[in-house]
Amino acid sequence: MTGLRYVYAVCRPFDAALQTQLTGVAGDPPRLLPHGDLVAVVSHVPEADFSEEALRAHLEDLDWLTATARAHQQVVDALTAVTTPLPLRLATVFRDDSGVRVMLEEREAAFRRTLDRLDGRVEWGVKVYVETEKTEQAGASRPAAPAPPAPKPVSGRDYLRQRRRQSRANEDLWSRAEEFATGLHTTLSGRADDARLHAPQNPRLSGAAGRNVLNAAYLVRRDASEEFVEMVDRTKDDVPGMRVELTGPWAAYSFAGENAGEGS
Amino acid sequence: MTVVERREIALVDLLDRLLAGGVVITGDVTLRIADVDLVRIDLNALISSVNRNVPSPFGD
Repeated sequence: MTGLRYVYAVCRPFDAALQTQLTGVAGDPPRLLPHGDLVAVVSHVPEADFSEEALRAHLEDLDWLTATARAHQQVVDALTAVTTPLPLRLATVFRDDSGVRVMLEEREAAFRRTLDRLDGRVEWGVKVYVETEKTEQAGASRPAAPAPPAPKPVSGRDYLRQRRRQSRANEDLWSRAEEFATGLHTTLSGRADDARLHAPQNPRLSGAAGRNVLNAAYLVRRDASEEFVEMVDRTKDDVPGMRVELTGPWAAYSFAGENAGEGS
Repeated sequence: MTVVERREIALVDLLDRLLAGGVVITGDVTLRIADVDLVRIDLNALISSVNRNVPSPFGD
């Protein structure tokens, strides 16, 4: 009864029950708040943690951010199993049920448009990495002209020649990477209803090996997903030095905005 | 479709979507995530906690 309302997603009414053991962001199971032709999926959260000021502080706390993001995702994921949810941005909070109802009413037309556009579709994430480490290591382990102990023009020339060879190999690698990523993106976009590019991930954050050169999301019909996944799978050995990773299916987070797909 | 089997989702992939995707609504308590200076998240904490290797779905 008390507390604020955390809204995960907006959906069309659906019959299926949500998993019973589902817990929301603050341990409160999500419930359905129907209004008109739409349903908001909400849970009750304590004001102490979700007021604007508290949120601001919490969002800079990695453990809190991680737990909240995962809980949010679990609820949206459970919804994805039974309907096509329109996910909201993390930490969308209202004072009470009537605040949520007002919001549903005010944005009804836009929600319906977006829900129609997303209906029966999921998002797939595709990332391409260039496995730079190998190249660099190969370069480094090569017995580079022994550290010049004295001015030795010969080894200097060898060194320059080697540098040139290396930088040409690198240029070659990057142009192949660009070509590969662009080609893959074009192919996959052709099989998707919409596509969106995310910023490449920082390897220090992702912990993934190699340099991320493509971080894309594709909106794909559920019944076309198997084919889409197979197509991604077929690219994996196409070009040496490139690694392709697939994530999903996700709810259509990257396509939830009215202008998703335009730009970027 | 076998790919649907779930692995632990990498936090970076999740944040790409939850902090940059989803419908942005200015509610009555809602603050705009974009306004929060996420850069101030302790980068070291982030790195050490996220630094599990994400296995490729193709098991290379």
